[in-house]
Amino acid sequence: MSKKTLWTVFAIALALSVLAEFAIDIHLHFGIDGWFGFHAVYGFLACVALVLVARLMGFVLKRADDYYERIAAAREEQDDA
Amino acid sequence: MLELAFPPAFVLILGALLVAVVRPGLRPLVLLGAPLLTLWAIWRLPDGVLLTAPFLGYDIELVEADALRRLFATVFALMAFAGGLFGLLQARTRELAAAYAYAAGAIGVCFAGDLITLFLFWEFMALFSTVVIWCGEGENARRAGLRYALMHLVGGVLLKIGIEGVMVHTGSVDVRALALDSFDAWVLLAGVLVNAAAPPVSAWIADAYPEGSPFGAVFLSAFTTKTAVLALILLFPGAQILVWIGLWMIFYGILYALLENDMRRILAYSIVNQVGFMVCGVGIGTGMALNGAAAHAFAHILYKALLLMSAGAVLHQTGKRKCSDLGGLWHSMPVTTACGIVGALAISAFPFTSGFISKSMIGQAAADQHLMLVWFLLTAASAGVFLHAGIKFPWFVFFQKDSGLRPPDPPWNMRAAMILLAAACIALGCFPWMLYELLPYPVDYLPYTGAHVVTQFQLLLFAGLAFFALLPLMQRTLTISLDFDWLWRVAMVELAAGIARAWRALGDASRALWQRRAGLWLRRGLALVAPDGILARTQPVASMALWVLLVLALLIGLARV
Repeated sequence: MSKKTLWTVFAIALALSVLAEFAIDIHLHFGIDGWFGFHAVYGFLACVALVLVARLMGFVLKRADDYYERIAAAREEQDDA
Repeated sequence: MLELAFPPAFVLILGALLVAVVRPGLRPLVLLGAPLLTLWAIWRLPDGVLLTAPFLGYDIELVEADALRRLFATVFALMAFAGGLFGLLQARTRELAAAYAYAAGAIGVCFAGDLITLFLFWEFMALFSTVVIWCGEGENARRAGLRYALMHLVGGVLLKIGIEGVMVHTGSVDVRALALDSFDAWVLLAGVLVNAAAPPVSAWIADAYPEGSPFGAVFLSAFTTKTAVLALILLFPGAQILVWIGLWMIFYGILYALLENDMRRILAYSIVNQVGFMVCGVGIGTGMALNGAAAHAFAHILYKALLLMSAGAVLHQTGKRKCSDLGGLWHSMPVTTACGIVGALAISAFPFTSGFISKSMIGQAAADQHLMLVWFLLTAASAGVFLHAGIKFPWFVFFQKDSGLRPPDPPWNMRAAMILLAAACIALGCFPWMLYELLPYPVDYLPYTGAHVVTQFQLLLFAGLAFFALLPLMQRTLTISLDFDWLWRVAMVELAAGIARAWRALGDASRALWQRRAGLWLRRGLALVAPDGILARTQPVASMALWVLLVLALLIGLARV
C-alpha cells in the first residue's frame, strides 16, 4: 500500500467518525461537548497543544543521552584525583 | 477455619521458594502452577475478616476479604501467571523467584486487614522488586536499583510514621477510610503516594523500571503502583487533593513520554499517566469513580504488561531499546507487532478493548459530579494517551523508517504470553460484564452507547491526525529529558559535595591560622632563651642582687599583710 492510499483510508475514517453524528444522538454533559464535531476538534487541538508544550519543555530539559553517565564518570575521576 | 483462610500470599511465597530450589525440569510446572493455586486460594475466601493474630499487643488481621481486595488480588495472580509464562524458559531463576515473591507481597497487601500487615507486605514488595531491578543488565541497573531502594525506604519511613501516629492517636490499626485532618493521616498519605509515583517523586518509575531485564520490567509494571491505588481506595476515598495530584500525573506522563526516546521509558512514563487516571478517580470518590479506578487498574495491569512484553520481546531479540535505533520490525516480528498494537489500542481506550470500558467510567463520574474542568482535562488527556503510547510506541518501534533489523518473533512461551494478554484485552472490551461483576459497587453504566463510541472514535482518530501532521516535531533525537530525579541525582549530590568542600576549606584555613599563630608564640618563647635572648644575656651581679632584694622585700611585705 502506498502512502497515498493509507492517507486516503485515514481521511475516510476521519470523515466517517464525524458524519456518524448525524445518525446518533449525542448526549450532553456540559453543553459545549454536544456541539457538532466537538470531540474531533477538541481531540486534535489538545494533541497539538501537548506536542507544542512538550517541544518547549524539550528546549529546556533535553540533554545528551549519556548525560548521567558522564556525570558519574566525572565524579569518579574527581574521587581518584 | 485456619485452613479455610490460608493467606493466598503465602501460597505464592511458597511458590517463589520452590521456583528457586526445584530441578530445572520441574521449574516451568511450579511457575505456571503456583499462580493458579494462588488464584484458587483467593477465590475460596468468603467476605470478612478471616484470620487474626496477636502481634505486639495488637490484633492484626492477616486476611480480610471483600470484592475490591479480591479484584486486585485476582489481577495480581493473573499477572504473575502471564509474567511467569513470558519468562518461563529465558529469565534467570533468581529473577523469577524474586518476581514471584514480589507478586506475593502485592497479594498480601490486598488482603491486609490492618495497617501493620499492610506495612509488612509493603516492605516485602520493596525488597523483592529491588532484587528484580538488580537482575537487569550492568552498572546502570545496579545504580538504578539502589536509587529505587532508597526512594522506597523513604516512602516506607513516611508510611511507618503515619501508621504509628494513627495507632497511637486512634488506638486502632484497622485499614479503613481516614479523614485528612491530622498530621498522621497526611504522612500516611505521603507514604502511599511515593509508591503511586505521585509528584514530586514520579521520576522513580522511569528511572528504575526500564533498567530491569525484558522479563523483570513486565512484573515491575504491575504491582507497586497498583497496590498504592488499592491503598488509596481503602484509606482515602474521596480525598479531593487526589483529583489534582492525579491530573498532574496524567499530563506529566504524557509530556515526558512525548519527549522520550527509549521505548521502555515511554511505557514507564505512561504508567504514571495511567495511574494518574486512577488516582483522580479515587479523588472523585463516588461509587462510579471508585469502580472506575478499580476497573482501570485491572485493565491497565493487563495491557501495560502486554506493551512491556512486546517491548521486552523487541529488546530480547535485538538488544536495542532506543526508538532512534528501531523501526520496520513488523516485517519479521508480526506476532509481536500485532500484540503490541492491541496493547496500544487498549491503553488508548479504543472501543472493543479493555481500556474503553474502564477509563470511561472515571470520565463519567467526573461528568456526573459536574466537575467540568476535570472532565475537559481528562478528555484532553485521553487524546494525549493515544498520542504518546497508542501511536508513538508502535509507530517508532515497528514502523517508521526501516532500520534494516530483521529479528524473528521471540520463542513460543513469550509469544503465548503476549497472545494470552492480547486476548484478555479484547475479551474484556467486548464483554465488559466479566469485569463489572467483580467491581466493589453495583455498576449502573453502559459503555457501549452510540454517542460514546462515536465521540471516542472522533477523539482518537483526530489525535492520530495530529500525530501524523506533527510528525516532523516528533522525530526522535538521541536525548534524555531532565526530570525531577535530577534534583536528587545531581543537584543534591553537588550541594552535598559543595558543603563538604566548604567544610574542608574551612578546616584547612583554621588549621593554617592556628599553625601560624602557634608558630609565632613558639618563636617568641624561644626568643627569650635564645643565645641573644633576654634571659640568655650576661647581667651584672649587682643588678641581680638588687632584684633578689626587691623580690624578698615584696614577699616579706606580702607575708605581713
